Amino acid sequence: MLENIKLSFHGIWSHKMRSVLTMLGIIIGIAAIIAIVSTIKGNSEMIKSSLIGANTNVVTVTLYQGEWAYDMTWNGNPEGILPIEQDTVEELEKLEGVEKVSLYNSRENIDSTVYYQNTAFTGGVYGIDDSYFELYGYTLNYGREFIGSDYEKRRKVAILDATAAASIFPGKSPIGEILEISGEPFTVVGVVSQNTTTAPNINSVQDYYLYVGNTNGKLFLTNAIWPMVFRFDEVQSAAVKAVNTDAMTTAGKKVEDALNEKMNLSAETDYIFKSQDLMEQAKKLQDMSNATNQQLIWIAGISLLVGGIGVMNIMLVTVTERTQEIGLKKAIGARKRRILAQFLTEAAVLTSFGGVLGVIFGVVAANVLSQIMGIPTGISIPAMLIAVAFSVCIGLIFGYLPARKAANLNPIDALRSE
Amino acid sequence: MILELKDVYKEYTRGKMAVPVLKDISLQVEDGSYIAIMGPSGSGKTTLMNLVGCLDVPTSGQVLIDGVDISTQNDDQMAKLRNTFIGFVFQHFHLLQEMDALENVALPLLYAGVPAKERRARAEEALKKVGLEDRLRFKPSQLSGGQCQRVAIARAMVTGPRLLLADEPTGALDTASGEQVMEIFSQLNEQGMTIVMITHEPSIAACAKQIYHIRDGEIRMDGQERPGRQPDEKIEEVE
Repeated sequence: MLENIKLSFHGIWSHKMRSVLTMLGIIIGIAAIIAIVSTIKGNSEMIKSSLIGANTNVVTVTLYQGEWAYDMTWNGNPEGILPIEQDTVEELEKLEGVEKVSLYNSRENIDSTVYYQNTAFTGGVYGIDDSYFELYGYTLNYGREFIGSDYEKRRKVAILDATAAASIFPGKSPIGEILEISGEPFTVVGVVSQNTTTAPNINSVQDYYLYVGNTNGKLFLTNAIWPMVFRFDEVQSAAVKAVNTDAMTTAGKKVEDALNEKMNLSAETDYIFKSQDLMEQAKKLQDMSNATNQQLIWIAGISLLVGGIGVMNIMLVTVTERTQEIGLKKAIGARKRRILAQFLTEAAVLTSFGGVLGVIFGVVAANVLSQIMGIPTGISIPAMLIAVAFSVCIGLIFGYLPARKAANLNPIDALRSE
Repeated sequence: MILELKDVYKEYTRGKMAVPVLKDISLQVEDGSYIAIMGPSGSGKTTLMNLVGCLDVPTSGQVLIDGVDISTQNDDQMAKLRNTFIGFVFQHFHLLQEMDALENVALPLLYAGVPAKERRARAEEALKKVGLEDRLRFKPSQLSGGQCQRVAIARAMVTGPRLLLADEPTGALDTASGEQVMEIFSQLNEQGMTIVMITHEPSIAACAKQIYHIRDGEIRMDGQERPGRQPDEKIEEVE
């Protein structure tokens, strides 16, 4: 066997030009597949990391009206839906896969509510409890976070994220400045930003679009003061931290079900709690890009098929050319199986060589593509191994017919041909 | 009896016609014989050689190699017989061009399943016997015709066969190289090797101890057993 492989290399090397031309189809096919797979992987990783946000494992459970997240900005509190009690939070935290639950109120797109002097702030406003920052991975830049007495005494204090701070107070410290929120004066006490590892932390698909479209930032109030500002004791959203990334979907579903049951909501009612299943969303986006790319893989697969047929063609020519050699080998005692193995090995070595070259070209092509088009690429080692293994298989499949022809050659005819 | 042909009949089908090539040939070759088979082209001598060399089976009749009927052997058994019992020497040497002399000679040992180290040693020894110990790493393209044929003889001998089949062994050589090859054959025969040689050159056939003529598929012995011409003898008894 080793002898055969050595001989095959010999053969390939002594016919460099022909070997390269023979391998060309395989090289192109494998290179295309590797390039596509790398792009898919890069894309998926990009989607996953930007959508889910590394390390937070937080799923948001929000009230929906039909297909859409319910927006309090325009409609006020939905009729008959009560705020979630603190007791309920403790129950939720006992659910499978749930590590922590934080309740918060939010207005994603406020208008004419928050002013600094004569300028309106148009970002998101959040009424949060004391675990929200920890959950979403915020850290304090300067000033202070909300403290217990802020909640107890319903102090009119606000915290900005770095983006909002920069947009409302360009070039100066916001600490101690007074914002007018619903006509009431609020003192800015701190500035927070999300950990660099999680930023941009996109917590939902809506957030993703919001992030893209709205760079005004976020304003945080205590959830204790929220009803005073917005005049309602509003139903909250729940930020559910799962024990790990894989548990996100289940944890979200469990909390969603529990809340719906508690408030007698179901698919038949106007409103329903839904977890923004980020894993699912990420998968959907990935599937979308995968689907297009998979078609490309099929097309590249056709080039592999054509390459395989090319290999078969050349191998048949080779067998005819080497009739004498085959005849001689049989005359001096080579068994059929031996000849078959020799030609199969030759085909497999040829195509695996092509496969390796294809992988190299594919990686190069993927990198060039990512440079030109700004698509991230992820080089996948398993994909490379599979590609090479696959090209060996192509050699074995398409080499079989020529090899069998060689093995079945009649040594007399083979020796006679001059 | 190392080789025996009993009423061997062989026909080839050419289109729809069956063309008889060998007609009821009987031949007995004793151990240690040195026979030449002569005949014009198309007389069936190559067909006869293929039968004797276990490359083909007769249409009817029996070819017995060391008492074994080759018609009863399967492909693998025939391959083994060719590998260990028979050595082939061809007119056009049939050396593999991309291999050097040593590798060419070692090839039958590879098929016999001999380990690499031993293959090399035995191939070297075989090349030494034909006087090519200083040409081990030469490729066929770097060797003269006579040297190539000597490499081919070394390859035929390397597995230690008992029967040497030569098909026009000097057909592609000049006279001097041809004589050299004949000398090696004579030596081998003296050492007990049975040689069956096909040729159409009377001077070469004269080296054998027995000459058979084949014509139109029928064989006929030429005279009685005789000592065989030494390669340096003058040729007189040409018919």
